[in-house]
Amino acid sequence: MWNRARLLAFFPLLLGVVLIAVAQGTLNDYYQRVLAVVAIHIILTVSLNLTNGFTGDFSLGHAAFMAIGAYVSAVLTLPVASKEMLMSDLPTWLGQMQVPFPVATILGGILAAAVALLIGVPVLRLRGHYLAVATLGLMVIVRVAANNWVRFTRGAKGINGLPAFTNLWWAYGWMAITLYVIWRLVHSPYGRAMIAIREDELAAASRGVRVFRIRQLAFAVGAYFAGIAGALWAHLITAITPNSFSFLITFNVVVMLVVGGMGSITGSVVGAVLMTLAPEFLRRIETSVSVGGHPLYGLSQVTISIAVMLVMIFRREGLLGGRELTWPRWLRRWAFGGEEVEGPVPAQQSGS
Amino acid sequence: MYSSSYILQQVINGLNLGSIYALVAIGLTIVYGILRLINFAHGDVMMLGAYLALALLLHQFVPLALVILIPMIVIGALGILIERVAYRPLRGAPEVAMLITSLAVSSIIQNGVTMTITAQPRSFRLPTEWVQRHTVAGVSFSTLDVLTVSLALLLMLLLTLFVTRTRVGIAMRACSENLNAARLMGIPIGQVVAAAFAIGSALAAIAGFFWAGKFGTVDPFMGFLPGLKAFVAAVIGGIGSIPGAVLGGYLLGFSEIFFVGFLPPSFSGYRDAFVFILLLVVLLVRPQGLLRTTSEERD
Repeated sequence: MWNRARLLAFFPLLLGVVLIAVAQGTLNDYYQRVLAVVAIHIILTVSLNLTNGFTGDFSLGHAAFMAIGAYVSAVLTLPVASKEMLMSDLPTWLGQMQVPFPVATILGGILAAAVALLIGVPVLRLRGHYLAVATLGLMVIVRVAANNWVRFTRGAKGINGLPAFTNLWWAYGWMAITLYVIWRLVHSPYGRAMIAIREDELAAASRGVRVFRIRQLAFAVGAYFAGIAGALWAHLITAITPNSFSFLITFNVVVMLVVGGMGSITGSVVGAVLMTLAPEFLRRIETSVSVGGHPLYGLSQVTISIAVMLVMIFRREGLLGGRELTWPRWLRRWAFGGEEVEGPVPAQQSGS
Repeated sequence: MYSSSYILQQVINGLNLGSIYALVAIGLTIVYGILRLINFAHGDVMMLGAYLALALLLHQFVPLALVILIPMIVIGALGILIERVAYRPLRGAPEVAMLITSLAVSSIIQNGVTMTITAQPRSFRLPTEWVQRHTVAGVSFSTLDVLTVSLALLLMLLLTLFVTRTRVGIAMRACSENLNAARLMGIPIGQVVAAAFAIGSALAAIAGFFWAGKFGTVDPFMGFLPGLKAFVAAVIGGIGSIPGAVLGGYLLGFSEIFFVGFLPPSFSGYRDAFVFILLLVVLLVRPQGLLRTTSEERD
């Protein structure tokens, strides 16, 4: 059925495909890489929003799931010849295996989700601050594992020479899938349950919401897409070390989330685009301007952090708050015939 | 089997590391007790203390007492400044907003140091008489170790006297018990919060000095892990409680040292992971921490 509502969704998709084809053909490597990073950051931010924005569990462990996805996909896609050279200690079945990039990406995501389900059992019993610190601890645990499980990860040396599979098609394709899945999830009964838990957990439970299950679902789906993003990242940069997935990444994703507005999917997209491109401009200043003889490394990070503090003081709900960016009213009326489509309840910022 | 001197050596090492954790954890716990803020920038304040001490050490004529005292005063004042600029505008805001702000403050401090002093690790060399090792009955320790443990214990004693005997200290405990009630009783919250930040930052500064002296280097990112572990220590002891932070700090210091010292060497790479697994276990068994009797609200 090609009704108007479908057309409304189809046109941006078509436009996107055309734009990517043009970008892939005309832009130089640097700009293509920046655009791919934008897509990966959108995947990360939108998926983190599921726990931090919609369910109200403030997780700081996103880089951990990203690392899992990256390492799993890296071991799976590395050509057999390089594996024999770099990682001779791998079990033979793994050493002789090389799977296609999309399969490796999905497996990376699945393993990240599996770890999230497992670790969620103890961690998701915690609330608020305790959850934040426990998930941060998860990041430390994953990094320690990556550093010490030398047989599979090459330890601190990391894995390099990965095939550069990630191009704009993969990055934006996965971004579209992420947006679609999370949009549908948030607008489903599960999404309603997540928002109910965020607003009042006790009330939600008493209305029959299986709170723990829903929190686990949000955590695992978020982890899945973080794993995917990690796999894309690994095959964009083509080298990973345990330090690639540091706290800095988690921090930057949290920044994108709060700048865009927690509880809004389009807000996450806006935040991710803005906070990826702005530092990219600042980075030039970092290396070209020097004070007292040395370049100002860290200037872009300081600027981002000051921006976050200003957002927290003056516009705590982020740029979009809990609202979604939608089509203009006349376009919606044309497509949906006047009936308003209901969105999820905007996030209320409750005081302590 | 382990010889008794080996075991004693591990106890000394645990006492040493635990003292540092306890000093950092106290600052986290008193601020959390009053504001319900997990100050992720606390570890970076510790790093600043270490850098300031290094700057003083490079001038050989500065006596060691001043190398310790000046950072405590300066960084204590800086703690008040950070609270004014970053956290005070958020009074009454959701806890998540304060948490995110503290992450931003942490990043600003780290990158500010990177910008001005570069990210290159620097060696933190104390005068040889402080790091020279003495051996008594098969147990080896340096003068710095003795200084670390004794000064930490002295400061904790002073802090105990402060919170039980002085007006500000008692007000601090009252705010930690119930902020709104304390406010209604006419306690000047602003001053109490400032005092909490000053004390916490000063203790972090001296902990930074001990930490840098122990490991011999400083770098802009050195505060992240000890800061996080000190938070673990505070949670284990029961966050908000000063004796809890001390107990948690020593417990964590001992378990970490014993984990490395009594398990096969192949485990020692996992020490940081062990700390967080310990945290999870404690939170699951006793979510209010060891020294908290009433189960507080967890969110």
